[in-house]
Amino acid sequence: MQIKFGYRDNFLYEIRPTGVLCSECMSIDADKAVIEARDLKHKEVNDLCREAVLSGVSKITINNVFGQRYIGTRLYNPTGQHKVTITINNFPGNDLGIFLDGHRIIVNGNAQDGVGNTMNEGEIIVHGRAGDVAAMAMRGGKIFVRDNVGYRAAIHMKEYRDKLPVLVIGGTAQDFMGEYLAGGVVIMLGLGLKENEPHRANYIGTGMHGGVIYLRGHVEPHQLGKEVGVRELDDHDWQVLQTHVYEYCQHFSKDPAEILSSKFIKLLPVSKRPYGNIYAY
Amino acid sequence: MYSFQLPEFMIERAADRCIRCRVCERQCANQVYSYDAELDRMFIEEKNCVGCQRCVVLCPTLALNVRPRTSDYRPNASWTRDKMQNLKKQAETGGVILTGSGNDKPYRIYWDHLVLNASQVTNPSIDPLREPMELKTYLGRKPDAVKITRCADGFDVETESFPNVAIPTPLVFSAMSYGAISYPAYLSLAAAAKELGTLFNTGEGGLPEHMRREFGGNAIVQCASGRFGVDADYLNNSQIVEIKIGQGAKPGIGGHLPGEKVLANISETRMIPIGTDALSPAPQHDIYSIEDLSMLIYALKEATNYAKPVSVKIAAVHNVAAIASGIVRAGADIVAIDGFRGGTGAAPQATRDNVGIPLELALAAVDKRLREEGIRNKCSIMAAGGIRCSADAIKAIALGADGVYVGTAALIAMGCTLCQKCYTGKCNWGITTQDPFLIKRLNPELTTQRLVNLMRAWSHEIQEMLGGMGINAIESLRGNRDHLRGIGLEDWELNVLGVKGAGE
Repeated sequence: MQIKFGYRDNFLYEIRPTGVLCSECMSIDADKAVIEARDLKHKEVNDLCREAVLSGVSKITINNVFGQRYIGTRLYNPTGQHKVTITINNFPGNDLGIFLDGHRIIVNGNAQDGVGNTMNEGEIIVHGRAGDVAAMAMRGGKIFVRDNVGYRAAIHMKEYRDKLPVLVIGGTAQDFMGEYLAGGVVIMLGLGLKENEPHRANYIGTGMHGGVIYLRGHVEPHQLGKEVGVRELDDHDWQVLQTHVYEYCQHFSKDPAEILSSKFIKLLPVSKRPYGNIYAY
Repeated sequence: MYSFQLPEFMIERAADRCIRCRVCERQCANQVYSYDAELDRMFIEEKNCVGCQRCVVLCPTLALNVRPRTSDYRPNASWTRDKMQNLKKQAETGGVILTGSGNDKPYRIYWDHLVLNASQVTNPSIDPLREPMELKTYLGRKPDAVKITRCADGFDVETESFPNVAIPTPLVFSAMSYGAISYPAYLSLAAAAKELGTLFNTGEGGLPEHMRREFGGNAIVQCASGRFGVDADYLNNSQIVEIKIGQGAKPGIGGHLPGEKVLANISETRMIPIGTDALSPAPQHDIYSIEDLSMLIYALKEATNYAKPVSVKIAAVHNVAAIASGIVRAGADIVAIDGFRGGTGAAPQATRDNVGIPLELALAAVDKRLREEGIRNKCSIMAAGGIRCSADAIKAIALGADGVYVGTAALIAMGCTLCQKCYTGKCNWGITTQDPFLIKRLNPELTTQRLVNLMRAWSHEIQEMLGGMGINAIESLRGNRDHLRGIGLEDWELNVLGVKGAGE
């Protein structure tokens, strides 16, 4: 480790040149690339992804990922074209797909914190669980998590014009789910909870001022934030729900009819302006 | 409820000069003036007046005089008029007292207690009009050492360099978001920065798509807790990416652009629906530690392919030196420090006036700490918050800043009179408003010219002062406290600033 006056650069120290890595850790066959990520640093994995995309592949498989961060982030393309599918085997690190701009990421394993952070467009499918602040400040695209998520999932997610972010959580979430929610659709299915076992999250939708949360399974009134109102689902809601639940079930081979036969509730913000009255003008 | 408040301003109209042209009535968004055609007389509603002086300046016959109202409560050093007025306002509304612009309380302004040196006899002073005088500034991380080797046609630099941004003057426009300020004001800052070759800062409200190609080359783009308008395209159309952790005027609290200001253009830039509140949470929820900050810094570097320096802006608070050290260790290329006299579009008055520390002390402490730890070269320092003139800027550089953010001064150049009512959205000068009628008062071309003039004048003044010190490059003054002396300061203050007393 490079230690000078106690300074250590965890990210950039001993990064190997991309040319060397390309020949050692990546094989490209037609439009498919396979990257062997064992012992690669965060930046090295992303260097290789970028090389792969620049060489024109449309499918990337990354094997033996173990904690490498920001996968998919460096693939911004100013022309807006050439979207790729990245399959990650094992465990990607934090901020998977942060600022993601239209690519598709499939994780065969658990994801860590910050999945789809400030994501603009694209799709992330996690065959496992996700950590804290999943879908934070997400603006577009879809995230499907098969199992549970950590704290503050979907915090400050927002929608804009044709962009409507969707987060589907198969299991349950920890506290502050949907905090500051400003737009988009959050669906939490509660699969894996026992009958009448409440969801784990407290303070659901605290400060919520837009968007909608569909909940399957039981929540006690005290688990909801002050700014949240509980409503029944109307036809339009069922339509939205069906679309996304079907997609969820397709990804993870589950039975949509069984899931949709249960009771759902819909959480809406009571006001678009929760903090409009606290100032003296 | 009947209001017990004293009007803040009194308006005198010279009857023999007033020609009843009603300019004052049209110019005042606060509806102070009204005209009665039957009596052919102007009426005045003094309690609405905010003292912005727009009517005074535009009255063709100079018939108006607006000044703080002299009627006052019984003098009381403890219960001042301000305190009593606020108290009554809160008793009437039950709300938080909001205010705009910077801290106006009489805390010591250290710039006014620091003096600069000049050459006499022992070394020659330099005349910048006839001799080269370098103000060029590079923002970004510098290597620990540069290794060069001789090759056939000269030298090869072996050391890998970090992305740096070169600007012809150390003066940069501060972060003011589109939403807090009007479109013409925002555009003027961008256009002036472009003409000068320096930078403007988008603030946390995004950069309109149609401005990205033209002004991205002069933009510092912010990524703040609300993540408004932040996408890969925005991050890549910039010179520097800045993570906003805190703001000098309101350290520790978030922002709140009320829904009524989120009109079509602003909603487009911030990428949120029209009419919804734009809430910026107090913390960034993916940053709860220095390690998390490091994560976002490198996320931004990844998103921009390691081509741009990443800056972290913090408010000057008690342990600012230790925090700055952590920020540099987290991988930031620039640390921006915003002192407590920095401006804001809206902040609770209690926070604005009581939280944070002066820029001068924070800046000196940070520079000293980073030097002691041997990591000063790893970042540039930007100083922000209450830089009023070129002398403040040059003193900031002598205290260790690489560049200086100019915010309130730029607004004043546009016409602002510091009435502190930015949060009402009724800025008569067309700066902090989104009212389509009011923003027309600001002509972007003329305003750009005013900003360019201001920066040129300051740059020239800085050159003059540098020349006087016998220095021909701003690089040589950076952190060079031998050129500063303190006057009327206590020992601890001189110690924190790292300067000697005058005459020592």
